Amino acid sequence: MIVRILAEGQFDLSEDAVSALNELDAKVESAIGAGDDAAFHDALSALLDGVRTAGVPHDAEALDASDLILPMADATLAEVKDMLSGDGLIPG
Amino acid sequence: MSMWQRFSLIFRSKANKVLDRAEDPRETLDYSYQRQLDLLAQVRRGVADVATSRKRVELQVNQLSAQSDKLQGQAEQAITANREDLAREALTRKSALTSQIADLKTQQAQLQGEEEKLTLAQQRLSAKVESFRTRKETIKATYTAAEAQTKINEAMSGIGEEMGDVGMAIQRAEDKTAQMQARAGAIDELIASGALDDASSLNNGDDISRELEAMSSQTEVEAELARLKGGAPAPQAIESAPDAGQIVDAPSQAEQQAEPQAQAQGSTPPESGDPK
Repeated sequence: MIVRILAEGQFDLSEDAVSALNELDAKVESAIGAGDDAAFHDALSALLDGVRTAGVPHDAEALDASDLILPMADATLAEVKDMLSGDGLIPG
Repeated sequence: MSMWQRFSLIFRSKANKVLDRAEDPRETLDYSYQRQLDLLAQVRRGVADVATSRKRVELQVNQLSAQSDKLQGQAEQAITANREDLAREALTRKSALTSQIADLKTQQAQLQGEEEKLTLAQQRLSAKVESFRTRKETIKATYTAAEAQTKINEAMSGIGEEMGDVGMAIQRAEDKTAQMQARAGAIDELIASGALDDASSLNNGDDISRELEAMSSQTEVEAELARLKGGAPAPQAIESAPDAGQIVDAPSQAEQQAEPQAQAQGSTPPESGDPK
């Protein structure tokens, strides 16, 4: 699977590796649900680290769409909420 | 559907909206390529803008650091002259600068980070745009309407995602830079107003310097007086020293004096010692 971390690029991960990250994923979700900024930041960092560790950078010249897109490392809780609500993600 | 699947879908649909489609698929390719080049130019400008802001903050850090060093020097001078009150004042001002400098250094690091991120974004987009150009030419050369649409869709969604990502990086960098520019502007104004004495005017213009200077010229005057009293070559100078106005108003008298420097020094105390 191809996973994009916004502002960082694409990574190739095996299906298993992606499944293994589900636990970290759940932590991010619950932090968003709870509106807990600090927990969100920690959980997102852990999830992105997991992607970077388990994945290898996808061919820079490939024009492939990603299967999964994750927020950038310094995204704030408010930004991610905005994106999920469909507002203000991409300018223009 | 997991949150990230939803996140991905929303991102992709927004990214795809950025890519307008034309009637003829080949036009779509050319049009999209043009948009990609525009975006590349935009990200290059973004890198330059952030670099400019970073340099401005660096300059401010240097100015404030010089000012801080100057205050430190003044505090030492004041202590030597047994003026603890002045030393305290200098150190108080210095501590206000210290936190400002720390804040600016944080900004500087953030801008550096944005600059690096945008530079990497530029490199990534650049690689994909080049691939797209090659792909575009191949598709156009072997164009058959039926298979072209699929190939075009593939190429477009891949590049569209990258463009959306880069577009967002530019936007965020611009937002951050704008915030910092506002603060940098405020500090420039402070420096201009003299509230944070511009370090380029070293030893001039601020009250502590004036007072230290007044003290040192007072000391020089006393030393000169003592010297003159000892040798006593020009008694007029001794009499007129406390009131420099006489010397200034009477150049002919001053010219007769053996030591022209004595009048220059003698003229300092009334001006600098002038209570505000």
